[in-house]
Amino acid sequence: MPLHLSLLPYWVAAWLFFWGLYGIVTSRHLVHCVVCLAVLQTSTYMLLLGIGYRRGGTAPVFADIPPGRLTVDPVVQALMLTDVVVEAVVVALLLAIVVKAHEKSGCVDPHDLRTLRG
Amino acid sequence: MNVSDRIRRLVFLLSGALFFVLYCYAAASLPPWGHYRGPYGNVIARVAVIERHATDVVNAINYDYRGFDTLGEEFILFTAVLGVMLLLRREEGPPGPRGGGGKIPDAKVLSTTIQIFTLPAAFLTTLFGFYIGLHGQLSPGGGFQAGVILSTAVLLVYIAQNTEAFQRITSHTVVEVLEAAGAGGYAIVGLLALAGGLPFLTNFLPLGPTGNVFSAGTIALISAIVGVEVTAAFLLVTYTYLQEIMRGSIPNG
Amino acid sequence: MMYVGAAILILAGISGFAVVHTRDVTCQVLALGFYGLVTALMFFYFQAPDVALSQITVGAVALPLMIMLAISRIRFRESRLAERQKNARPPQPGGERE
Repeated sequence: MPLHLSLLPYWVAAWLFFWGLYGIVTSRHLVHCVVCLAVLQTSTYMLLLGIGYRRGGTAPVFADIPPGRLTVDPVVQALMLTDVVVEAVVVALLLAIVVKAHEKSGCVDPHDLRTLRG
Repeated sequence: MNVSDRIRRLVFLLSGALFFVLYCYAAASLPPWGHYRGPYGNVIARVAVIERHATDVVNAINYDYRGFDTLGEEFILFTAVLGVMLLLRREEGPPGPRGGGGKIPDAKVLSTTIQIFTLPAAFLTTLFGFYIGLHGQLSPGGGFQAGVILSTAVLLVYIAQNTEAFQRITSHTVVEVLEAAGAGGYAIVGLLALAGGLPFLTNFLPLGPTGNVFSAGTIALISAIVGVEVTAAFLLVTYTYLQEIMRGSIPNG
Repeated sequence: MMYVGAAILILAGISGFAVVHTRDVTCQVLALGFYGLVTALMFFYFQAPDVALSQITVGAVALPLMIMLAISRIRFRESRLAERQKNARPPQPGGERE
């Protein structure tokens, strides 16, 4: 393994985390803000994949490989699996809040939301 | 860019720099890429096939070893859908139950090519979804994937036809009942183990021969229940979003 | 072989960056769909077929769909409000609500 690649997944995770957060901080549109949050969340996948990957390991499915063969870590995959699906519905919930905020205040710019009334 | 924007960016850059320093410190002690060194993955990959007769270890973890956690994830799904429905509910009185009020804006007929090709595609997608959902304990797949694929099949019908067809397929009451059954069914499977004197969510069903569709006990059962729940969740969210556009008018509120 | 994985990771990094920096939300949905597909490819390459299967459907279909529905709902409401304001003969200051 070349040395310059040994930390690559962690750098990509940090890169995506940073830019996702940057997008949220500088966002001028609430939908854009929610999408940036989704990107930020995917940075955790890179981190978990980087930790759980084993060079030369196969997928942890023993339907057609002999038992005892070395596989990549199934635990991190189980963590990511539920998160992918739940993330989509949570994004839908956040977007519902955005739609509601737009209905109440007539704008989608987070800077103008301080006029929001109940 | 006004002053508050500039302060906001400054605070972000400062905290980002601090995060970067701490992250470098943490990443230095992570295992290098490709050299996994945790004990749990190795142990579970060796043990799961023997203990649970499930060849897909990821699903054995999801629906058995960490089944309690997945129950929590499923309730997050349920609560989020509930939140979407609550936030976007109709605010006016009951004008016809099914798109009765106003014209439907997208009623124009799409090209016949799309219609011809989408319906077989929807059929195949449904078939694939059932296959994925019922073979979760054997090959990659399971309830979560099956739910997403099945709801995509219904959305294909929406693309090919129009909102009316979508409404006819997703009878709102049926989908709501399925959603509740999916969320409750998981907990009931756990409680059944409790009733038999075992710990919550114990795999109490007979395990069956490894590699058979009817194997792995409650893993297959919970996977199917989760599939129902996820399908209903995605359909309900889409339905709720489409509701206002379907009616063709906005409430006076 | 490690270099293919590295290339996919870098592609994911670039497309994630592009998603954040696309300021027009409709274009951003397209970028997000592409990013979802790249992520699914990454899962597939890193021996996680279970996750790839759900990511390919969620990232390329479900998530963009939710966002498009929300955007269309916001646009739909805006167009209806504008229409109503145009049709209202005595122009009422203060808007529709409250």
